[in-house]
Amino acid sequence: MILDRRQILLLLPAAAVAWDFVLAGTPEEAPNYNMSSHWWGMLLDITKCIGCGSCVRACAMENDVPDGYFRTWVERYHVEDWHIENPRVDSPDGGKEGFPASGMTGGKNFFVPKLCNHCTDSPCTQVCPVGATFHTPDGVVLIDYNYCLGCRYCIQACPYGCRFFHPERHTAEKCTLCYHRITKGLTTACCEACPTGARQLADLKNPKDPIHAFLKDHTVQVLKPHLATGAKMFYNGLDGSVR
Amino acid sequence: MEGFMYPNEVELQWSVLIVLYPFLTGLVAGAFILASLERVFRVEAVKPTYRLALLTALAFLIVAPLPLQLHLGHPERSLEMYLTPHRASAMAMFGFVYLWYLMAVLLLEIWLDYRRDIVLMAQSSTGLKRQLYRLLTLGSYDISPGALHVDDRVGLFITLVGIPSAFLLHGYVGFIFGSVKANPWWSTPLMPVVFLFSAMVSGIALVLLVYMVTCAIRRTTIDMNCLDTIAKYLFYTFVIDFTLEMLDLVHRIYEADESFRSLDFMVHTRLFVSQIVLQIFMGTLTPLVLLGLTQFLKFSEQIRKRIYAFAASLTMIGIFAMRWNVVIGGQLFSKSFLGYTTYKMAFVTREGLLPAIVLLILPFVILYVLVKILPPWHEGNVATIQADGID
Amino acid sequence: MSKFRDSKHLIRLAVVFLLGAVVFVALRAAVIPKSFGRYGPYRGDAIKELTAQPLAYAGHEACEGCHPDVLEIKAKGVHAHVNCESCHGPLAKHADDPAAVKPVKPDVATLCVRCHSQSIAKPSSFPQVDAQEHAQGQLCNTCHQPHSPGFDAGGKK
Repeated sequence: MILDRRQILLLLPAAAVAWDFVLAGTPEEAPNYNMSSHWWGMLLDITKCIGCGSCVRACAMENDVPDGYFRTWVERYHVEDWHIENPRVDSPDGGKEGFPASGMTGGKNFFVPKLCNHCTDSPCTQVCPVGATFHTPDGVVLIDYNYCLGCRYCIQACPYGCRFFHPERHTAEKCTLCYHRITKGLTTACCEACPTGARQLADLKNPKDPIHAFLKDHTVQVLKPHLATGAKMFYNGLDGSVR
Repeated sequence: MEGFMYPNEVELQWSVLIVLYPFLTGLVAGAFILASLERVFRVEAVKPTYRLALLTALAFLIVAPLPLQLHLGHPERSLEMYLTPHRASAMAMFGFVYLWYLMAVLLLEIWLDYRRDIVLMAQSSTGLKRQLYRLLTLGSYDISPGALHVDDRVGLFITLVGIPSAFLLHGYVGFIFGSVKANPWWSTPLMPVVFLFSAMVSGIALVLLVYMVTCAIRRTTIDMNCLDTIAKYLFYTFVIDFTLEMLDLVHRIYEADESFRSLDFMVHTRLFVSQIVLQIFMGTLTPLVLLGLTQFLKFSEQIRKRIYAFAASLTMIGIFAMRWNVVIGGQLFSKSFLGYTTYKMAFVTREGLLPAIVLLILPFVILYVLVKILPPWHEGNVATIQADGID
Repeated sequence: MSKFRDSKHLIRLAVVFLLGAVVFVALRAAVIPKSFGRYGPYRGDAIKELTAQPLAYAGHEACEGCHPDVLEIKAKGVHAHVNCESCHGPLAKHADDPAAVKPVKPDVATLCVRCHSQSIAKPSSFPQVDAQEHAQGQLCNTCHQPHSPGFDAGGKK
């Protein structure tokens, strides 16, 4: 192909931009993303979680989460026999560096990863006085950091404890379901880092998403169903003792 | 931290300033309702406190948004609540209830009641004060009997509207807490009602104390009929308030839902002093018994005054403790019902004890200024006595 | 007529209130962000702002593009579904500019035990050992190839 000077001058910058895309493998913008054709959720498989804390670390690094606060965390449960209402639970630093040996013997023991449930009928968006926290048309609950007053009503209203007050930004803060990633065809940082596949992003509006078959064949629950929040984080193998 | 809490729950979100806020708005509602007793229900006995109660309500209403402003992460964005209010949010709608109450009820009622005095003072004072009064007249100097009659009729209407508005003002604050299903300590339909009645109790007690103190400062005799009547209403309201709080308690203990064990433990440990000692025994039972005694036994004027002052002071402490127990108590336990945290209140920080104390004192400073500008009583004010000839 | 005359001061008051309302409406029109209400009761531009966050993790597909040899080894073993950055940490910067940004090799002494140390709370079918007992002070990669650590699949070094 013979190019004249003008064509080269036009093509070179275009090539430079395209080269970035080629190397990274992911587009910077998401021009092909249509919000209304997605409805995001997640599958959390208790039978597979090993409490390694990779998800907690990955989320903290992807989203610059300040120390001592958690967009996602892992809890370790120890249930003695039939005492379902009285489990022993711990979450040292959110499980970020895994869990030290507990010295517990016997009983039922397991890990539960937790994050924002991106509820369909979320109590947090209901109480925000200014519309700084909201649902996107694809089912993700987000916070507008440039609009939030920092009144913290949403933090009080969340039944799951997934929100916190950002110490530097002075606004509410929580898991965004890595919205900046999922709108570009990537998965969330926590799902990417999970070594056992205990966490898997699910697009409930996509008929080919494996979650549909999974939901049919397994017993799944959501956290605190009696509060009717419309939570979209589905737990496989969730024990009755889980708070 | 004790037991297990969700990692983000360990730090409290709402501080002592948020305890202060329902306390202040409660005093506003309570003082206003006492004032409206005279206007609407023609309880002539409390007339000496009518204007004082209105000014007290205004002083506290002016200070009420300040703890919120100090608490916000971005107070410079607080106007957003009026520009883009989220209609589903009780907090957003409350912004308008506050605005309505301030502009359309309280300021209007005070202006209408004081208008004659304002006009007279605009004509008789000098310098800066004169300018201020002239501004307050809105340019109209008509104090003919016809105009004053109109003022009276409209004022009555405003008070009529004002009573449900006052209920709304503080009931809404109760709803802000009572509608949070995530928090079982807060979530109950009784919350707005309990808040309202405890507000009335604290407001009436406040006006009683302010009246006694201002009489002492001005060295005038206390109208005992007025004081006895206020104390009577305080007693009745207190009985209702106590009944409601006991109903909530008994209901919780009887039903013993999943949160009960955790909350029960919290009340007996973390909240023992503030709830059992300060709120229930010192702040409710003691004043109830004292006031009850004055209702059924005859005491001398001297003793009655002492009992009223003591009971009213205990009441104020008790109602503050009640706000503390609701706001702070609601954040001390984990929503997993498996653990507790502690509230570390600092002294000299934006949300510490010092600003809270300053904000508690500020309304009295403002009240002092208001009383100077709009005197609730007629002695010492030459102009009004002259015009007061036929009353 | 006299009633109207007596109410003149109220009309002045009403005018003051009306002026306030006008100011309020004008303020709203001027100050409310233009994108507010585009998708719902919130600032529509916020969605764009939130999607503009830079990536820290590249995603395993980005790695596999340049490292097909590792992918081949991994695909045959028990770590087939363990994504690259799960062990190697966030590498979007490296994927964007492989020559300039060199990833640091993970520390074997702490890396493997985070998943594989014995714990009563881990599913019993998950491979877990008491590190002291099992390794006797040696590093895990003395015997195990990290990309395909099982021995049945021929992963032995």
